[in-house]
Amino acid sequence: MAKALGRTLAEKVWDDHVVVRGEDGAPDLLYIDLHLIHEVTSPQAFDGLRMAGRPVRRPDLTIATEDHNTPTLNITKQIADPVSRIQIETLRRNCEEFGVRLHPLGDVEQGIVHVVGPQLGLTMPGITVVCGDSHTSTHGAFGAMAFGIGTSEVEHVLATQTLPLTPFKTMAITVEGELRDGVTAKDIILAVIAKIGTGGGQGYVLEYRGSAIRALSMEGRMTICNMSIEAGARAGMVAPDQTTYDYLKGRPHAPKGADWDAAIAYWNTLPTDEDAVFDAEVFLDANELEPFVTWGTNPGQGVLLSDAIPAPESFDDPNEQASARRALEYMDLAAGTRMKDIRVDAVFMGSCTNSRIEDLRAFASVIKGKKKADGVRVMVVPGSARVRLEAEAEGIDKIVEEFGAEWRFAGCSMCLGMNPDQLAPGERCASTSNRNFEGRQGKGGRTHLVSPLVAAATAVRGTLSGPWDLEGLDGRMPETAVGAGAAAQVGNDLRTQGGTR
Amino acid sequence: MEKITVVDGVAVPLERAQVDTDQIIPAEFLKRVTKTGFDDALFFAWRQDPDFVLNDPAFASGTVLVAGPDFGTGSSREHAVWALRDYGFRAVISPRFGDIFRGNSGKQGLLAAQVTEDAVETMWRLIREKPGIPASVDLVSKTVTVGEFTAPFEIDDYTRWRLLEGLDDIALTLRDESSITRFENARQSWRPLTLPAQ
Ligand code: SF4
Repeated sequence: MAKALGRTLAEKVWDDHVVVRGEDGAPDLLYIDLHLIHEVTSPQAFDGLRMAGRPVRRPDLTIATEDHNTPTLNITKQIADPVSRIQIETLRRNCEEFGVRLHPLGDVEQGIVHVVGPQLGLTMPGITVVCGDSHTSTHGAFGAMAFGIGTSEVEHVLATQTLPLTPFKTMAITVEGELRDGVTAKDIILAVIAKIGTGGGQGYVLEYRGSAIRALSMEGRMTICNMSIEAGARAGMVAPDQTTYDYLKGRPHAPKGADWDAAIAYWNTLPTDEDAVFDAEVFLDANELEPFVTWGTNPGQGVLLSDAIPAPESFDDPNEQASARRALEYMDLAAGTRMKDIRVDAVFMGSCTNSRIEDLRAFASVIKGKKKADGVRVMVVPGSARVRLEAEAEGIDKIVEEFGAEWRFAGCSMCLGMNPDQLAPGERCASTSNRNFEGRQGKGGRTHLVSPLVAAATAVRGTLSGPWDLEGLDGRMPETAVGAGAAAQVGNDLRTQGGTR
Repeated sequence: MEKITVVDGVAVPLERAQVDTDQIIPAEFLKRVTKTGFDDALFFAWRQDPDFVLNDPAFASGTVLVAGPDFGTGSSREHAVWALRDYGFRAVISPRFGDIFRGNSGKQGLLAAQVTEDAVETMWRLIREKPGIPASVDLVSKTVTVGEFTAPFEIDDYTRWRLLEGLDDIALTLRDESSITRFENARQSWRPLTLPAQ
């Protein structure tokens, strides 16, 4: 990634992690600062180590949790499905044997791996983060270089704390302007994906920039970086700034004292130089954005909530036409249908895209004092046990339950059809998650990707809706459910509680 | 890892674009803790349809999958590669691969050969005309041949070299262990440590 001119954020982080520079087309050997582990993509990697008689090189740069395959009800009971249970038990045994810190089900730091890293303060600017999960891109919100890897690479990192990698190209995604009330980070990223396509980011690291990105909270930035992979990019990044530092400071693993000062001095050098050149650039006007929803079976098949489903013939590319036709058939939808006329059976509020405290607050602010639509099943699943506690301290659980929705324990839940939370065949769901692939939320299930605000309004009305479709809101976003001051205080108190090994 | 030079056998047309790894292997099969035994899981949902290409006896012994653009996008699950390999595929051809899938293939000795969209269209047509037509993917000359038709393919030089030599990635990296140790000794103290828990 070396260039004569200034360097981009991604190039700086990359350069500072090169252990051995590859020659003659060989990849660079990159050092990995933080390796996150979960139960699904690690058992075969640990097996590989065992077979080769290799230890985990740096257990102190490795941390594990249980999220994909765990139930979100009755978490103190034994896991009912024997195959799932074996996978969880395998992780526990592997962590014990190799000395890896684990936050198991029931622990206060357990949760979706991409929620846990940031909340512990382990995710920070200028580091490299990997995990056997494609949504590792989430951590790029801090100005880290973070990407998903396969199980062979998990084994490689466990054994060597490095990865051989060919440099990525860089793409700037500049979002200027101010989001209107009711429009969120999720709508930005869905619009980006619709614009560049699910393959548009392949081979690139995306850097999100511009005034609209700077104005976002860390939660919002994480939502955006999270879905970089849905645009085909392995990583997405946002340059660190005061918002990043404020979020990090005081978290259990954030640098302290002189380390903090040294870190800040370094982090301030990370933003892309003014004379740096990106390999590709994309622009988006935040002022014009509206809530975005998907109609098809890949995250690029999306439109404005106020729009209708496009006709397959309206696409230039024959492959895209065929995909659209297949998607409409699978989704049981007709071209020309207005998105707002689509009725849902379920609403899922959760996943590593939208399950942090700010997401839950946004959802609660819309449903507060209301009742869910008849016949719609609504599940609210915090991203981590700690987020759950934080939300409960703010009364969000009560708001959710009075609304008629289910308040669950932390995990990936209905984001993927692996644990007990699944759609039945033919069921249609408005989901704050990141993938609307065929069968993603359960065999035969149909997914519409939406923001937390749209999920909430949809849960109220039973049809895809935005918050301004609700009576009495006067076309404006409602006030948040609770004061932000109280929330910050609760957050700090929780941070002082320790985790287990 | 076994050395690979040429993969030949029966070409199977998967005439779809944007085949994500959730389609290659649904999440319900990711509960297993082994690396094998995934052959039945491959394209599980689509195989319920009797008209799906893998249910056509002409393609029963397929070894080369010819797919549309953006094959293997989405989830990082290496299970997708294990399932393709378990089923008997040795090479996948597509105009564009998901980055993580392509990496996973290289580690597991599944040849991911990138060709033009036109080449894929031509191969699909030839296979449709003559199901069971022989195919071969030659890693030495970087060409795919279906019947009489030959097209060049792209694969990165490093992966190609490793596949040709049958080299294990971790062993290669450990040759640089002293560099890794030197790098670690210079690591700044503000960088994260997971232990001890705080
Ligand atoms: S919440 Fe969904 S996307 Fe995120 S890590 Fe879990 S399964 Fe993957």
